[in-house]
Amino acid sequence: MTLLATTTVSMYLAVGAVMFVTGVVCMATKRNALGILMGIELVLNGANINFIAFGSEYLRPDSLGLDGQLIALFVIVLAAGEAAVALAIALNFYNNHATVDVDQADELKG
Amino acid sequence: MAELINIRLGLEGSAFGSIAAAVIHALLLLHVVAVGALVFIWMERKIAGRIQDRLGPTRVGGKFGWLQTLADGLKLITKEDITPQNADKMLFKIAPYVSFAASYAAFLALPFADGWVANNVNSAVFFVLAVLGLEVFGVILAGYSSGSKWSLFGAIREAAQVVSYEVPLGLCVVVPVFLAGTMNLVTIGNMQAGYFTNWFVFHDIFTFGTFWIFFTCATASVNRAPFDLAEAESELVAGFHTEYSGLRWSFFFMAEYGSMFLVSGLGAILFFGGWHGPIPLMSILGLPESGVLGNYLANLAGCVNFMLKAVVGVTVMMWVRWTLPRLRIDQVITTCLKYCVPLASVCFIGAVGWQVLDLPSPSDWHLGTGPAYKVHEEWATHTNNSAASGADDRGPETTEQYQRESDQLLPPEPDDADKPLTGSSGSPRSLTATPLGQELSP
Amino acid sequence: MTSALLANISSDLFFIVFAGIACVFAVAVLLTSNIVRMAFYLVISLGATAGLFFLAGAEFVGAMQLMIYVGGTLVLLIFGVMLTAQSRFVNMRTHPRDWIMAIIVGGSLLMLLLTAAFRVPSWHEEQQVIAAASELEVADSKTATRLGLALSGVRVDKINADEQLKQGMSGYLLPFVIVSIHLLVVLIGAAYMARSKRMVRRTSEQAEDTTSS
Repeated sequence: MTLLATTTVSMYLAVGAVMFVTGVVCMATKRNALGILMGIELVLNGANINFIAFGSEYLRPDSLGLDGQLIALFVIVLAAGEAAVALAIALNFYNNHATVDVDQADELKG
Repeated sequence: MAELINIRLGLEGSAFGSIAAAVIHALLLLHVVAVGALVFIWMERKIAGRIQDRLGPTRVGGKFGWLQTLADGLKLITKEDITPQNADKMLFKIAPYVSFAASYAAFLALPFADGWVANNVNSAVFFVLAVLGLEVFGVILAGYSSGSKWSLFGAIREAAQVVSYEVPLGLCVVVPVFLAGTMNLVTIGNMQAGYFTNWFVFHDIFTFGTFWIFFTCATASVNRAPFDLAEAESELVAGFHTEYSGLRWSFFFMAEYGSMFLVSGLGAILFFGGWHGPIPLMSILGLPESGVLGNYLANLAGCVNFMLKAVVGVTVMMWVRWTLPRLRIDQVITTCLKYCVPLASVCFIGAVGWQVLDLPSPSDWHLGTGPAYKVHEEWATHTNNSAASGADDRGPETTEQYQRESDQLLPPEPDDADKPLTGSSGSPRSLTATPLGQELSP
Repeated sequence: MTSALLANISSDLFFIVFAGIACVFAVAVLLTSNIVRMAFYLVISLGATAGLFFLAGAEFVGAMQLMIYVGGTLVLLIFGVMLTAQSRFVNMRTHPRDWIMAIIVGGSLLMLLLTAAFRVPSWHEEQQVIAAASELEVADSKTATRLGLALSGVRVDKINADEQLKQGMSGYLLPFVIVSIHLLVVLIGAAYMARSKRMVRRTSEQAEDTTSS
């Protein structure tokens, strides 16, 4: 009788789900533009954990293998690029409005 | 080591051996970093003294003052713990440990001799570079949380510098990686066994240039003079660690000297043969083949050799610090973007061209007993011929053996299709001489 | 019994440690209102995620996570934080109404995902894990070379796949090149967007307006 169960794919998926939902709530509730960016990073990381878990040969004999890791690699690279652009947008907004509060970004409203 | 511990204690196949081995490795590496910092600080003060025409510490521990650092350490531990009023207390307290943890974690993948590595990571070169880049985070946190604008300036400048210099550093590091065909540091070290003609630094003129650019970028990466504007005493008080005193300051310095030793050790493995000396003394004495004790002694000598090379690198960094004037921050970034990156790119392309055109190099001379490097990548595990699953001796005869074996398996191909893939039979290349290289040709 | 217990504990303890750190600090990112501390907690969370990657056997991806995310993206984020800081520890409070809505939506999504994760039997059977671990050869954990070759177009991990499976299988060379060009575009675009605009332009624009009108 073991105290801890063997780590399975489901446990990795659970971790990925927690990180994903935390990122979504972070995106939804933060008023700071950079806080929203951090939420985006959490979401992408949650998805990456899922890919790596499915691609891990330690967990399932018929795993995705290299495909899972390659997709995670591409996601990391694209997330870095997207963070750079989002930061440039935030800086531009700050230069024009002297604030990064997204609630003040309502010039296009109705 | 984990299996040895398991067998000794009679617990076959349990995890206790792995945990014990991990603890022992961690303690050994901690000794390397801590005792290394002790020795390097003393060395720095002595070298600085001599260059400045004075003696340096001479009182504590005899005539040469070699226990001076110990006395300084005791003083630092007993100092009052001051936290500035404007500081973000939690981040202020945790920043030195983040820096130190990054510097220490990179030692995980650094081999000290053949097989003497805490974790034989397959992509060790990449792992070391990645973890070295984490040190900048401790610096940023320290500068920001100190609550003083001088600290913040120093931290931002240092972060910009370290992040900028990662680019040419990566370019320089890729050159020995493709010369060896693998990112595994143990394999890269083993491929330079034999006389010093096998060292990658003497492989061709472009790799020779790459080493000097690597050394420059590594010096900039660890924020040593002449690139130490971030912690310059005459410019920004003390930069990001202005507000730190006592034990926290000593952690920053252990991180800095640990990183210096690390990048010097990395350069030694990548370019200067690692634990294989200029003369293969141990092979001449026949030690590695003569049983377990002989092998251990040969590895021990290799470890001492490696540490000597890393210490020489650190000494050169100290020598440069007390000789050259400091660069301004815009000059630092100019050096990176306008000089180091183009030079590194030119050396990279030149070294690639040297390999592709298969021009001669000193490693083709096979002086003495020739290179005796061990198993390479085993990435093709389920192939139907056994030659792909690693070989023990990669001399000229084995490469031809690969060609013979793989020719029997595949349909006959025109001869000129084989030439660009296999290259000359004498030089150490792992990926081009495998049967899968044959499969790529139509 | 003791050794089996130890074996299970050690292989799962690190998973529990890393997963716990990742989740706890992700929630800490959500709950704190100081932007610099948010970034710091995110660093720890992403570092623990890299640890999870190493545990699952993806060494190269774990190292890339550390280098690109922690060493690159988060440094960028911190720079952004410092460039847009308004007062010392600026606090932007969210309305409780928004919090309740977000918790409801997030909570239901979390329940859905967790249910889905534990519903497929082949994903949480221990037999699968033991079968995978016993089939594994040591070389399978070395992924860097295979990744590099797959990115160049050669799928060496599928050498022994049957012919039917090999039909539509190609390497990742095209996505690799596309991503490289994408990164170049991002570099140029971000640098252009975030450039500092000089004040001189305004006076020259006024001069142009007066001359053209």
